[in-house]
Amino acid sequence: MKKYLTMTALAAVTTLAATAMPAQAQDSIYVPLLTYRTGPFAGSGIHIANGMHDYLQMLNQRDGGIGGVKIAIEECETGYDTKKGVECYESTKGKNPVVYNPYSTGITLQLIPKAAVDKVPVLSMAYGLSAAADGTNFPWIFNPPATYWDGASVFIKHVAAVEGGLEKLRGKTIGLVHLDAPFGKEPIPVLEAMAKKYEFTLKLYPVPAAQMQNQGSVWLSIRRDRVDWIYNQGWGAMNPTAVKEAVKNNFPMDKLVGVWWAGGDDDARAGEAGAKGYKTLNFHNTGNTFPVMQDILKHVIDKNLSQAKREQVGENLYNRGVYNSMLIAEAIRTAQKITGKKAVNGEDVRRGFEALNITEARLKEMGMEGFANPMKITCEDHSGQNKVFVSQWDGTKYVKASDWMDPIKDVVRPLIEAEAKEYVSKDAGWPKRAVACEKAS
Amino acid sequence: MFYREAGQFKKSYAADMAVFPILQDRIGIAVILFIAAVVIPLTGSTFFISSVMIPFLVFSLAAMGLNIVTGYTGLISLGTGAFMGVGAFACYKLTTIFPNVNIIIWIIASGAFSAAIGAAFGLPSLRIKGFYLAVATLAAQFFLEWCFVRVPWLYNYSASGAIQVPQRTLFGVVITGANASPTTRYMVLLGVVVLLTWVASNILHGRVGRTFMAVRDMDIAAELMGIRLLPAKLLAFALSSFYCGVAGAVMMFLWYGGGEAADAFNIRQSFNILFMVIIGGLGSLIGCFMGAALLNIVPIILKFGLPAIGIAVASETAEHLNHLLVGGLIIFFLIVEPHGLARLWQITKQKLRTWPFPY
Repeated sequence: MKKYLTMTALAAVTTLAATAMPAQAQDSIYVPLLTYRTGPFAGSGIHIANGMHDYLQMLNQRDGGIGGVKIAIEECETGYDTKKGVECYESTKGKNPVVYNPYSTGITLQLIPKAAVDKVPVLSMAYGLSAAADGTNFPWIFNPPATYWDGASVFIKHVAAVEGGLEKLRGKTIGLVHLDAPFGKEPIPVLEAMAKKYEFTLKLYPVPAAQMQNQGSVWLSIRRDRVDWIYNQGWGAMNPTAVKEAVKNNFPMDKLVGVWWAGGDDDARAGEAGAKGYKTLNFHNTGNTFPVMQDILKHVIDKNLSQAKREQVGENLYNRGVYNSMLIAEAIRTAQKITGKKAVNGEDVRRGFEALNITEARLKEMGMEGFANPMKITCEDHSGQNKVFVSQWDGTKYVKASDWMDPIKDVVRPLIEAEAKEYVSKDAGWPKRAVACEKAS
Repeated sequence: MFYREAGQFKKSYAADMAVFPILQDRIGIAVILFIAAVVIPLTGSTFFISSVMIPFLVFSLAAMGLNIVTGYTGLISLGTGAFMGVGAFACYKLTTIFPNVNIIIWIIASGAFSAAIGAAFGLPSLRIKGFYLAVATLAAQFFLEWCFVRVPWLYNYSASGAIQVPQRTLFGVVITGANASPTTRYMVLLGVVVLLTWVASNILHGRVGRTFMAVRDMDIAAELMGIRLLPAKLLAFALSSFYCGVAGAVMMFLWYGGGEAADAFNIRQSFNILFMVIIGGLGSLIGCFMGAALLNIVPIILKFGLPAIGIAVASETAEHLNHLLVGGLIIFFLIVEPHGLARLWQITKQKLRTWPFPY
């Protein structure tokens, strides 16, 4: 009997907990942030969480929200764990969220089928499922400004630019050091397609998640194979280790290029002086000199509303979070413009994303001139295949080391469409696109 | 007073040997089943059903599997996560190859694949015991985890390496995929768990269960009494893996709905379930449910419950608290009550029988 009592009591408490959460007032826009400040990936996650939170907080403090509507920000800790991420999703779903940022490939894959059912868009900014860039089949998923496949193609373009042309790639050996998980394996199809097209040799160096901090043998093989260029698709503790090992093995640092997630300041610092020259892809600039960063310092950091330390504002991953929140805010603003409503919901923001068009003029207005490049999403292309550049570590910070480059669209886009078709064909119940296309504003 | 068995006479051998010989226990079980099958689906919020009850049932099933081999037979296994993974991948392959067969059949059948693999990795158990066996099962965990990532056939060559759970129906109702409502998934899962618990209870109370316990208590003595160790131990591994496999299949199909399977069935999952068994109680079916409930619900109360009743806890602090608490609980139970919550419940029951006039 006692067990029965305790079980009912427990059930009652948890039901209460689930239902007693205060309903969101209609005069605010609820933005849940799925972040991770704990667990093995916290080293990268904390900076991103701070950046995302601080930009939205700055809008609240400076402008009173977006279009006069306050943003209700709530962080939910996922620990980069899929189970906890889905818990966060379920617990916040009832509060009329306008967009989800899963910040993990695993959680993104979970949310992709749910998004169309619950009518809340998912913004997986430059991560998640590359094929989701096909808006016809994935109307609720957005992965701007570029997919991993676009990133890999920009890496090849950069190699060609340094080597002196795409035809110079012939006979070169290009290695991919990657986390042995879905995230790490993402660029393989594109690199394989390009290896065939440009006749270079592609070598794969998988790093199991349990061996992230023990890459000695991997780098020994790289030395033995006389690899010319390395592309690093890593995350968390894997990146500083890769940089350290590259330094130890005298691999030329300017030929080691990380995906945008391998661009943490702490990742490069791990290699100390030897890490100078390390490269990473990027789609926004670093530093805190931009007007928008100054506003964050003034309205958020100085008022003690952030968990970030002052000197962290402007670091690469912090700015990544700012860029992410800027996309959210702009989608909400676009949605307000399209619908004429102030307090928009998830369906409106989906339309906002689809019509997202950030021009040079708008960037200037936001104080982001030079921070980011103009970008655009269309109904068919939910990533936009926007331009990316290469950043280089100068010993203390990342600096822009190349021009903005377009991905190799004619290689990537057909792959995206083919993969999207395959994904949809595997699921008999996959819904047809039920929402109208949005025209860019 | 409330828990008095005076006047309840057993008139047959069967009544005396019943799993629930006392009327109050039978009423209690009926009430719990009624709450689980009627009250919760009707009144529970979506969050409560999908984030509390569904994981609780899945973990209970997995803990039951581990308890058969570790609690009842005394063989330590650290491969639970991997055996769950085998079930999930088997179910996925089966339902994509034969899409017209009912998914429930495949969920149960996937347990058989897991059982076969479990038995194969159980072979060393005849020769080695204790820590050495734990290491051998650890090898199973790593080997299978490696397969989940490196054998693309298992996830149908999808570029993301993830399982995609297709939509399947039962009597015309959608039970898997994104369109299945949490309540439907919960009801199906409840059915599976109740059925398998009933089966497990019967097996463990019968000849096979007694064989397992004899092997656990002293295997040489068991051998002298005529129990053949190899079949007994292999059966324990197979049965355990069967339950774990079904748990993995329902985890992917009725709870997660697809995703990065290799990530869900890693070594951490194995330990998590081992902790549930230790805290719940080794060698007890009810302990599986208690352990799963505790380890699954405490984090949720810390994370979502405290803020809801007005105690502001940052979610990362809740996460850290949770780690502290679970670690503390494990140490506490290992020292104070190695038989776990189930034993505490038994003691309480004993006290209740004589209350308020202990003699």
